Amino acid sequence: MTTATAPSVTARPPQAYKSDYKPIWCPGCGDYSVLSAFTKAFAALELAPEQIAVVSGIGCSSRIPAYVTSYGFHGVHGRALAAATGLKVARPDLTVVAAGGDGDGYSIGGNHFLHACRRNVDLTYVVMDNHVYGMTKGQPSPTTEPDWVSKLSPAGTGLRVFHPLVVALAAGANFIARGFSGDPNGLAALLMEAIRAPGFSFVEVLSPCVTYRPEQREWKGQVRPAPVGPTDDAARAARRLLTDDGFNIGVLYRGSRKPFQPPVGKGAARVAELEKAFEL
Amino acid sequence: MSPRKAATKADAVSRRKARPRLRVVKPARRVAPSGPTTRELMAHAYALELEAAERYAEFAEAMEAHNNREVAELFRKLARIEHRHAEQILEETGWTKPPAPPSTGYRWEGLEAPETADFTALHYLMQPYHALVIALHNERRAHKFFQSLAASATSDKVRRDAEAMAAEEAEHVRLIEAWMTRTPPPEAGWDHDPDPPRNVD
Repeated sequence: MTTATAPSVTARPPQAYKSDYKPIWCPGCGDYSVLSAFTKAFAALELAPEQIAVVSGIGCSSRIPAYVTSYGFHGVHGRALAAATGLKVARPDLTVVAAGGDGDGYSIGGNHFLHACRRNVDLTYVVMDNHVYGMTKGQPSPTTEPDWVSKLSPAGTGLRVFHPLVVALAAGANFIARGFSGDPNGLAALLMEAIRAPGFSFVEVLSPCVTYRPEQREWKGQVRPAPVGPTDDAARAARRLLTDDGFNIGVLYRGSRKPFQPPVGKGAARVAELEKAFEL
Repeated sequence: MSPRKAATKADAVSRRKARPRLRVVKPARRVAPSGPTTRELMAHAYALELEAAERYAEFAEAMEAHNNREVAELFRKLARIEHRHAEQILEETGWTKPPAPPSTGYRWEGLEAPETADFTALHYLMQPYHALVIALHNERRAHKFFQSLAASATSDKVRRDAEAMAAEEAEHVRLIEAWMTRTPPPEAGWDHDPDPPRNVD
């Protein structure tokens, strides 16, 4: 009897990270594949479900904590990063992954996004970007093209598109990558790198909304691996990010900033003292 | 001897090598200059069948969530079939565990294996015929993939094995085509929903 050299299965197969709740995303939604990439990455990293916390805000993609067997927190609109930051600071032993959509992350949660990048707490933020508010019937989001016409924006927004990767870089994110939900294996590899990277890791995932943006089905023919590898030079990364067309996938920036860690010892003692005051 | 069993000797050698740390490997889109080994061929075949099974299972879940039970059951059936094909590869090669990806990455033409359905291909009102159209497309791509591997093979043995795999996929194409003749095609307006979820346009 012979065996293969390097089995892809680990102590837990990816299926073991899927909960009993079945996704209720639209058929054809890219978020199914993002869920698949999450479970593949967790399995490949051999993380126990109780070592992981997936934290989200509100929106279609923010349902994802319910679909994985780890700890989960389906929080307040735009506040996934606030909750995730607090959790990671209080429980640095956990692998914390915040997840959500472009509206939740860049509009309602835009300020949290800036300061999470700046704080550089060791967590991973995954944004499933479909350039539209899907759950609320298709309003334009910060990443919607200015000339996208719908009944809710009959003349288009005419607004400049928000560029999350450039903003993340300028605000201090330590790891910046772009993935595509049509490439779940490649996305799983990106998520693994993001989780392993110290500090704040930001992964933008192009995840089509086939209901409100059916033209995004064409993304699978437009994405391509980034022509150059990641850089640790923020100025060079900025030039690349400002000039790319939004379809280069891969790790685009990998910095070396030390992650934020709150003071231990004295701080912990203060928390204990605070808790004492609430004892019955 | 089955072509799949021939991969076992190569495994006995490669088993002694160190296990790579990275378990999830991004598919490589460039074709390596040399042809595949028998072991690489069977690793591709396994990954192709397993990914197809996983995608059909996802499709079944999506259809169940939207109460399209008939199509959900068909996708479940397709998932079972593809999963069985993957298991057969393990049995015939004697591999007790799924094989590691080839060191140069998979030789898929696109981002995913050729038998993996396009994840955007679904519609909540789709009918069994539509599901079979998806399956037919995937089987044809798998057939073409093994044909191209056979054409790029640098050894007669690998070429014969790849041609055998291509023949299997060709048989699957015929089975799906026959299945489609027994399945009524959709009528015009099949996707009309008097109360659509997208009610703003």
